[in-house]
Amino acid sequence: VSDYLTIDNKELKNRLFIGTGKFPSKTILKETLQKIKADVVTIALRRVDIESKEDNILDFIPKSSQLMINTSGARSAKEAMRIAHLAKASGCGNWIKLEIIPDNKYLLPDNLETLKATETLVKEGFIIFPYISPELSMAKRLVSAGASAIMPLGSPIGSKRGVKTIELVKILIDEIDTPIIVDAGIGHPSDAALCMELGCAAVLVNTAIATAKDPIAMAEGFNMAVKAGRIACNNATCAQSSFSNASSPLTGFLHSND
Amino acid sequence: MSTNRIKITINGKEEQIPKINTLADLISLKELDSKKIVIEKNLQIIDKNNLHITNINENDKIEIISFVGGG
Repeated sequence: VSDYLTIDNKELKNRLFIGTGKFPSKTILKETLQKIKADVVTIALRRVDIESKEDNILDFIPKSSQLMINTSGARSAKEAMRIAHLAKASGCGNWIKLEIIPDNKYLLPDNLETLKATETLVKEGFIIFPYISPELSMAKRLVSAGASAIMPLGSPIGSKRGVKTIELVKILIDEIDTPIIVDAGIGHPSDAALCMELGCAAVLVNTAIATAKDPIAMAEGFNMAVKAGRIACNNATCAQSSFSNASSPLTGFLHSND
Repeated sequence: MSTNRIKITINGKEEQIPKINTLADLISLKELDSKKIVIEKNLQIIDKNNLHITNINENDKIEIISFVGGG
């Protein structure tokens, strides 16, 4: 039975979304994406350095991958919309990871500006993935505005501290029908597995893979964790209990004379 | 008096460049691949198909944008 995540009529088999920053080389990035058959890959827009022309990152991303362009660097809805328009003009599609970050110390997003940009960009036909501090009423507003998923942060970007916001993320999963995709802070495969077990639709990982000793191996680890977590989410039935619940038949004959 | 150079701003940096007519000329001058970039002229995004009919004039502000790795 297929268990695809469908967004914008696209069936996504791999629920591990990959961010492409900080890889030791573009060749390693390419091998990583191929190895795990990444379906969704994020990239960013920057001014071209005319003096030192670099290889174009698009040449290292499989053509079959869905690109998601982030609005990193945007500090307001207006700036994020400018990036979204540039992204569309580039011909790389209309999937936008909307991140609007006025704070450089913690890189925490401005939820209100994110809502404003979502409202406008959805109307313009963009597929919007807002990156937010997990907050239920804001997530509901974003869904009403037409966001295709909600991307709550686990902990500050690049911190690899894990899913510190877990209780708030759980509430989003319980209350929001739109896919919840944890983004930022995922440090270890166990963090990714936990998100998936709880019912996240996907996770986005960048730093923990790109800065690992062997990014390709680490991506495989994350890939297995995401799949394991998803299987658990789909199949777990045991409610937790305060008391034990024997797995083996208690061997009655031992104490039959008690 | 005619001059054979014009002053424009490219990616925030003022430059004197040989007098050229269009954005397509600028892309050739800078040896860029138009398939892999997006260009704004004075904050207006220029459609790739219109680069050869978009004039460059003195004091234009040009942004040349491309993709990089990002999470």
